[in-house]
Amino acid sequence: MTHASLLRRITDYSSRADPYPLYEELRRTPVLHEEDGGPYAVSSYWDILSLLHDPRISSDAGNLAAAGSDELGEAEETGLPPSFIRLDPPEHDRLRRIANRPFGPPHSPHRIDAMRDDLTEIVSGLIDGFGDAKRIDLVDRFAYPFPVTVICRLLGVPREDQPRFRAWVDPIVAGLDPDPGGHDEERLRAAQEARVQLGMYLAGLVEQRRKEPREDMLSRLATDRGPDGLMTTMEVLTTAVLLLIAGHETTVNLITNGMLTLLRHPEFLRALREDPGLSVGIVEELLRYEPPVQFIPRRTCIADIELRGVTIPKGSRIWLVLAAGNRDPERFTDPDRFDPYRRDIQHLGFGSGIHICFGAPLARLETQIALAELAGRLDNPRLVDDPPPYRQNAVLRGPRHLSVAFDSVRP
Amino acid sequence: MTVEGFFERLRTEGRIVIVGASLAGLTAAETLRAEGFTGSLTMIGDEPYEPYDRPPLSKAVLLGKASPHRTDLPRRRELDADWRLGVAAAGLDLGARRVRLADGDEVEYDRLLIATGVRARPWPNETEAQLDGVFVLRTRDDAVALHRRLGAAPRRVFVIGAGFTGSEIASACRYQDLAVTVAERANAPLVGALGGVVGAVAAELQRENGVDLRTGVTVTALEGDTSGRVRAAHLSDGGVVETDVVVVSLGATRNTEWLTGSGLGAGPRGVACDAGCRAFDFRGIVTDDVFVAGDVARSPHPLFNYQFLSLEHWGNAVSQAEVAAHNMISPSADRRPHIWVPAFWSSQFGVNIKSVGVPTMGDQIMITQGSLAERRFVGAYGYQGRVIAAVSFDNTRWLQFYQQLIETAAPFPLEYSTVDRRPEGRRPIPADFPDPSLPTHGPTVTLSGYSPVDRRLVFTPARH
Repeated sequence: MTHASLLRRITDYSSRADPYPLYEELRRTPVLHEEDGGPYAVSSYWDILSLLHDPRISSDAGNLAAAGSDELGEAEETGLPPSFIRLDPPEHDRLRRIANRPFGPPHSPHRIDAMRDDLTEIVSGLIDGFGDAKRIDLVDRFAYPFPVTVICRLLGVPREDQPRFRAWVDPIVAGLDPDPGGHDEERLRAAQEARVQLGMYLAGLVEQRRKEPREDMLSRLATDRGPDGLMTTMEVLTTAVLLLIAGHETTVNLITNGMLTLLRHPEFLRALREDPGLSVGIVEELLRYEPPVQFIPRRTCIADIELRGVTIPKGSRIWLVLAAGNRDPERFTDPDRFDPYRRDIQHLGFGSGIHICFGAPLARLETQIALAELAGRLDNPRLVDDPPPYRQNAVLRGPRHLSVAFDSVRP
Repeated sequence: MTVEGFFERLRTEGRIVIVGASLAGLTAAETLRAEGFTGSLTMIGDEPYEPYDRPPLSKAVLLGKASPHRTDLPRRRELDADWRLGVAAAGLDLGARRVRLADGDEVEYDRLLIATGVRARPWPNETEAQLDGVFVLRTRDDAVALHRRLGAAPRRVFVIGAGFTGSEIASACRYQDLAVTVAERANAPLVGALGGVVGAVAAELQRENGVDLRTGVTVTALEGDTSGRVRAAHLSDGGVVETDVVVVSLGATRNTEWLTGSGLGAGPRGVACDAGCRAFDFRGIVTDDVFVAGDVARSPHPLFNYQFLSLEHWGNAVSQAEVAAHNMISPSADRRPHIWVPAFWSSQFGVNIKSVGVPTMGDQIMITQGSLAERRFVGAYGYQGRVIAAVSFDNTRWLQFYQQLIETAAPFPLEYSTVDRRPEGRRPIPADFPDPSLPTHGPTVTLSGYSPVDRRLVFTPARH
């Protein structure tokens, strides 16, 4: 092979630790189409932002399948209908509105902020649990259990069941990876199977909550009759699967990427210890600089779209490479510099438009608290491996392990 | 003195006077300081308050969700200004570069910014307008007074004019379970701003929310009782509505009277200025030291056939003030144009309404996403084969796309597929704007193109 295509190099595991030079190369061809039937990759900030608001772009699973997506039709394979992330309006809007009623404004404006004490307590507990260790794997001991505990509490999933569904979540997330090395069918089958298992497990919980509703989101999703009416049981399940998975997988990476970045820039770690309020700027800059969702591989255009002189034909798949847009020098000065004091810090880390990250307020708060507490309590923290070992996934990118050494844990 | 030397001195020792201490005035002042202006800054405002935000007054404040005293605009920096609050500007001497104040004082300037905005158009019959219980809603004092009266459980509120403000007031009343009647001269609410197709949706929205909506009628008289309290409104169709509270929402009047005789190109439609916010004098010659920003400004816009537009839009006030402030202290080569795409939002009866572009220029509309019947939709307005504006009901997140269409003069109708396009949205229909010669409450965008109304205006050059 003389020269692997750029998109293949991006999805190749060997690029995982530092894909940014490849993104820079990608931006040189702002609308890249490398092979027949392959996706059109869009990588500049303004182009991505405009496509995220473009009603000629569809997220509908049916259109995706028609466009030759590697994704099997979720509905046929699992019996679960697609979640709202895979739907267009009006169905997307209806389901997202119902899901939002127990989660955010205007109906539940204080839901997230009211979790602040809870979150801090969970974080402190996890750090206390480091005990006398001088070295931990931050992913296994902290960045994974924290958001899982939070999303389970929010949804109302019993804590003791957490180990069970990790076995389901891993293959589902692996199934989101666009091209990790050719074992597609087997991998996708495993993902579907896990999705069925998780769905069945949640079905049991939803059944309980219908009978005895509590204050959690599962109860509300199952029983709340707002102006849009009730969700069907299948819709509750598919929404719960989405919230459960999206509600922690991304945050694990955001926290881990965050700590990794701070350990590489110890001056900001020190600054954060002195001023926990800096966590707000740090998290926003992280979402730009090391976003957990690197690109959105699943959009299709339902009309011809002309972009930068290229006509993307109707029916094509489009990759929106958020992480490349986030470092677009046309948009940000000195884009490769991590600078939490940046004033102009809008980013594509949460996407934009109608599919903008549903859990963004929770992810922000979790990561702010996690990083501020780690900075405050770890004495002289150091990175053991740089780069750390990464997970396979090119879309949901983050370290699989992050070995952190320190002198002690402060009380 | 060299040009550089002149601007250097202006920036360090110049005297800048800003007339109008609201959103545009404050934004301009902050921008001047942010850009390094260290000279003297005088802020003149006719209200006794420091700059406050108006949008909440007809929304959160009336709903009781925010205190009218707590809508102060946030300050982004120290201004170090000489505040002359509670005193209106009363005159302008262009030659002597002096602003005369209502208290007789005079303030000299090297650069003047006019940001006097608009005021609520009062009920034309003065005696009736003075009846107890008759309100307008523009200022903080108005909001305090109206809020207090609504809190006293009136039997019925009567709103004259179903533009955005009138509709928001009706919405706030219904939210508090007050009986409310709205009288509108056109055939539906919001017609002047958004046309009849969208107006019909707004009408349905109001009626479903329990508003007694009377359209195609005018109010002929307000009747008071013996103690001078309003007790009824008389309608052109012979109807009589008993009420304790009347809110006059007939749009706005530009605050330009103080400029009469100054020689500036100022009149009922505002103060004309170029794209760089420099005011024109009455002969059409651009001034160099007088700038305009906000609701009171009228400037030509290349996207809209170089029509002179006045925009009563929050975002426009901010953006125009920033441009004006920058240009006031910059030599000509560094000046920037103000070519803001009009954008407006409203919240009423639980629906978020937003528009971009200039809907009133549109002759056709196409429901490109969602549906009128569900009251969640995006409508694109077409004018001579291009997209000129768009409006959304509970669909704000798509509007950025339509703004791009407007900015690139994209073809209309939109022939291609869009997500959530329904059969009703396949072809354009007339947008159904009322005849511009029929006055209504007035839209929030005013075009200067000739209409039959304009021909009644007589141009009288100011005399010195």
